[in-house]
Amino acid sequence: MSYIKPKFAHPRLPKNPLGYTRKDYEGSISTLCAGCGHDSISASIVDACFELNIEPHKVAKMSGIGCSSKTPAYFLSNSHGFNAVHGRMPSVTTGANLGNRSMVYLGVSGDGDTASIGMGQFTHVIRRNVNMTYIVMNNGCYGLTKGQDSATADYGSVSKSGHKNTFEGIDLCLLAIELGATFVAQSFSGDKSQLIPIIKAALSHSGFSFINVISPCVTFNNNQGSTKSYDYVREHNEALSTLDFVPIKEEITTTYDHKEIKLVEMHDGSLIRLNKISPEWDPEDKLSIISAIHKSKSREEILTGLLYIDNESIELNELINTTNTPLNKLVEKQLCPGSEILESINNDLR
Amino acid sequence: MLCMSGVNDFVVRFANVNGTGSASANYLFAKSIFRMGVPVSAKNIFPSNIQGLPTWYEVRVSEKGYLGRKEGIDLMVSVNPQSIKKDISSVKTGGYFLYDSTKKLHDEFLREDIHMIGVPLMEICNREFIDPRQKQLFKNIVYVGAIAKLLNIDVTVISDLFADQFKGKEKLIAPNMKALGLGSDYIRDNYNFPLEFRVERRNLVGDAIMIDGNAAAGLGAVYGGASVVAWYPITPSTSLVSSFEDYARKLRIDPITGKNNFSIVQAEDELSAIGMAIGANWNGARSFTATSGPGLSLMSEFLGLAYYAEIPVVLVDVQRAGPSTGMPTRSQQSDLISAAYASHGDTKHVLLIPSTPTECFQMMTDSFYYAEQLQTPVIMMTDLDLGMNEHMTEPFKWDDNRKYKRGKVLSEGDLEVIKDWGRYKDIDDDGIPYRTLPATHPSKGSYFTRGSSHDEYAAYSEDSATYVRIMDRLVKKLETAKKLIPGPDFYNTTDLSETGLIYFGTSKHATEEAIDILKLEGETVDAMRIKSFPFNNRVKEFIDSHKKNICN
Repeated sequence: MSYIKPKFAHPRLPKNPLGYTRKDYEGSISTLCAGCGHDSISASIVDACFELNIEPHKVAKMSGIGCSSKTPAYFLSNSHGFNAVHGRMPSVTTGANLGNRSMVYLGVSGDGDTASIGMGQFTHVIRRNVNMTYIVMNNGCYGLTKGQDSATADYGSVSKSGHKNTFEGIDLCLLAIELGATFVAQSFSGDKSQLIPIIKAALSHSGFSFINVISPCVTFNNNQGSTKSYDYVREHNEALSTLDFVPIKEEITTTYDHKEIKLVEMHDGSLIRLNKISPEWDPEDKLSIISAIHKSKSREEILTGLLYIDNESIELNELINTTNTPLNKLVEKQLCPGSEILESINNDLR
Repeated sequence: MLCMSGVNDFVVRFANVNGTGSASANYLFAKSIFRMGVPVSAKNIFPSNIQGLPTWYEVRVSEKGYLGRKEGIDLMVSVNPQSIKKDISSVKTGGYFLYDSTKKLHDEFLREDIHMIGVPLMEICNREFIDPRQKQLFKNIVYVGAIAKLLNIDVTVISDLFADQFKGKEKLIAPNMKALGLGSDYIRDNYNFPLEFRVERRNLVGDAIMIDGNAAAGLGAVYGGASVVAWYPITPSTSLVSSFEDYARKLRIDPITGKNNFSIVQAEDELSAIGMAIGANWNGARSFTATSGPGLSLMSEFLGLAYYAEIPVVLVDVQRAGPSTGMPTRSQQSDLISAAYASHGDTKHVLLIPSTPTECFQMMTDSFYYAEQLQTPVIMMTDLDLGMNEHMTEPFKWDDNRKYKRGKVLSEGDLEVIKDWGRYKDIDDDGIPYRTLPATHPSKGSYFTRGSSHDEYAAYSEDSATYVRIMDRLVKKLETAKKLIPGPDFYNTTDLSETGLIYFGTSKHATEEAIDILKLEGETVDAMRIKSFPFNNRVKEFIDSHKKNICN
C-alpha cells in the first residue's frame, strides 16, 4: 500500500523561484525497510529537483521492477510515474522521450533490474544517448525475493546467510563509460552532500546521464563481509573530488585559478565545479577515468563523484533529426498528407 | 493434347534462383497484364535465403477476378536447373514448359504430354551483353520478352512500365527494351504464337491499384498520424516499417526546418520495440511496431502491461509459418489465439484482420483511433501473403474532414473543473476511464502507471473487491470494443443454407471462389468473413443460425 501524506504545508516554508516548496517535490510515505539506502536517494532527488527549480509536472519518473523501482512513488507526487515491466524501463523511457522531447526523464532502477534482466536495454539506451537521468540504486542483492546475490555483488562478498559470492561483479560505471555514456557518476546513498549536486548536474546534462549509487540493503546485505554494507562503503569510499553544481546564469563570485579546481561547463550554460581533483584524472578524459577506476579496485576503494562527462554529447532526438516541437503536440496538419497526395499515390500504383 | 485454360484464364509459374533479380522481372510481367485491364494476382514463393536457393513466382490471370492461387500450371518458365525435375512434373497435361536451351535438356526430364519451348537465354545474353551482371539480370527480361510474345502481351505496355520504373535512370530503358526484344524475336522466329491461352485487353480492373499489404499499412500509419515507430527487423514484417519510413521521408518533413515530423528507432529486440511504442503512446504520441510470430511471443509481457495499465498501442503481426522459427518466408495464420490472449493472467486484446491491402491501409489508420479510444493494445493480423505480395486492390481513400479522435484524454482545463478524478474510474459506464498525459497540469492529474494491481486512483492495492472491480471493468471495456471495431462481412448469404462458412484474412480469395464454384454446382453456402476480435454479436448469431459451421 502507498500511504498518502497530508497535503497541508506550513505557509512560511521556503519556496524556490518557481514558487514551489520542497514539499511539492515529495511523494507518498515509503514502504521500504527502515534505514533503506533507497529512501536517502529519494530524499536527494527531492532536494535536487527543488533546488534546480524544475516544474514537478514536467518530470516523468520511470522505473522497472524491484525495491528501487518502487521509489518513484516516494518522490515527486506531482509527476507522472511509470512502473514498467522488469528490466524494461529504458525502452519505455526512450519511447516516452521520442513522444515528448521537452520533458525531464528520470529513470530509477536497481542492480537486478539493470545488470541482469535489463542488461540488454541498459546497453542500448546508452548507445542511443537518450536524454535522461538513469539512477541505479545498487545494493548488490535482490531484496524483494529475500536477498539473493545480484550481478553487481562483488567477488567474495558475503551475504547475510554466510554465502560467499563466487562470481565477478559487474561494474556498471565502467561498462557505461565503455559503451559511450556521456555522463557517468558514482555515489553513496549515505552522502547527500555529494549525491545532490551529482543529480542536479545529471538532470542538466543533455544526453544520457548515469548515476550508480551504492545503496545498502539494511535487511539482506548490511552484514559483515558484504562489500555493499554501510560500514564497508563508508570505509572504502574514495571521493575523486568534491563537487558543486552552479545553475545556469548564477553569478560566479569566487575566482577559480587553483590548480586543484576544474570547471566543467554544461550544455545549458550551468557549471560543475570540481574541487580537490587529482592531477592524474580529468573527467573529460575517458582513458584517465578508466585507469583510475581499475587502480581503485586494486586498492579496494570505491571511487565516487563525477567520473566522466562528454560535453559534446548529442542526444537521440538531435541525432535522428526530430522536429523541435514535441511529437505528441503535432496535429493533422503536420501529420496527415491529405487526400490529394493519396490520389497521386494511387495513380503511381496503377 | 488438351489444355483447359483459355483467354485471360491461366497460371504461369517461374522457377528461379533466389537473388538473381527475377522477382522484379516477374512482377513486370504481372503488372503488364494488370495494365491491359485484366485481373491478375502474383505470389512470390521464396526461401529464407539471400542467394542461391530455389524460388518461385506464380502469376494467375483471371478474367473473373479471382485472386487466390489455382491448381495446375499452364506455363512454367524454368530458369533454375536445381529444381527442374520438380518444375517439369508440375506442369499440367497440355501445358507449356519454357526452359533455357543453351544446354540440351536431359532426356529424363522430357515429357510427351506437354509442349517444350526452348529459348537459349544464357547464349543470347552472353552474346548480346558484356557486363557480367547484365548477362545475369537480362536473362530475366529475355524470358519476359519471350512469354510476352507467346501470350500476346502488348510491348508498349511493358515499355511504359520500364519508363515508370527507370524514372531518373533513363539510360537503363534501352538495354531493357533490347533484352525484351531478343526474347520476343526468338519466339517469333522459332515457335508458333500466341498460345491458345493468352492475354486479351479488357477493361476489368477499373480504378484498382496494385500494392502489397505492408506498403499499404506503412502508408496507413502515416495517414493515421503515427509519429513514433520502434521496430526490430523480422521477416515478413520488415517492409512495413520501410514503407512507413519511405513515405514519411517524403511526406512528413517540416517544410521550414527540414526536420522530421516523426521518429523511427530500430530497437535491439522486440521487447524494446513494443516498450518504446508503449512509452510513446503513454506520452500521447501515436506509435506502433510491426513484427511476426517470434516477435509477438517476446512482446507478450509488455502487451499484458499495456492491457492492465490501459495504455494504447498498435502492433502489426505479419504472420508467418510457426511454431518457433518455423518457415520465415511462408504464409500462415496461426498466431490468432496467441495474439488475442497474449500475456499471462486474464488478458484479451483487440484484433483487426484485413483481407486486402486496401483494408490494411484503412484498418491501420483506424487502429490508432481504436487503441486510443479503448486505451488498450490493438493488433492488426496480416500474413506474409497479404504483407509481401502485390495484390490488385481498391484505391485508397481519405476524407480531408477527418480529425484524429484522441479518446478520453483530459486537458488542463478539464482537470481544473473535475473534482474527483481517478485514472481508472468508469464515469461513462462503458468501461473506458479518463486518462491524463504527463506535463498537462502543474498540480492535478499525475498518477503512477503500473502493471501491479491498482485501485480506481491508480494506487497499489491487493484488496480482493478492488481487484475484481477493475478486472470486471476491463471485461466491460472489451464489450464496448465490439461496438467500435468492424463487424463481419457476409458473402452471398441467403440464410437458406444449413452450412455456414466462416473465414478471415487472406483466405477470402480462395473461399469466395469456392463458394461461387459450389453455387454453379447447385450448392448454396452462407459465408461470413470475420474482420475483428472480440467477436461482434452477429458472429454468434451467424453460428447459431447454421447447423454446420466450417472454419476456413
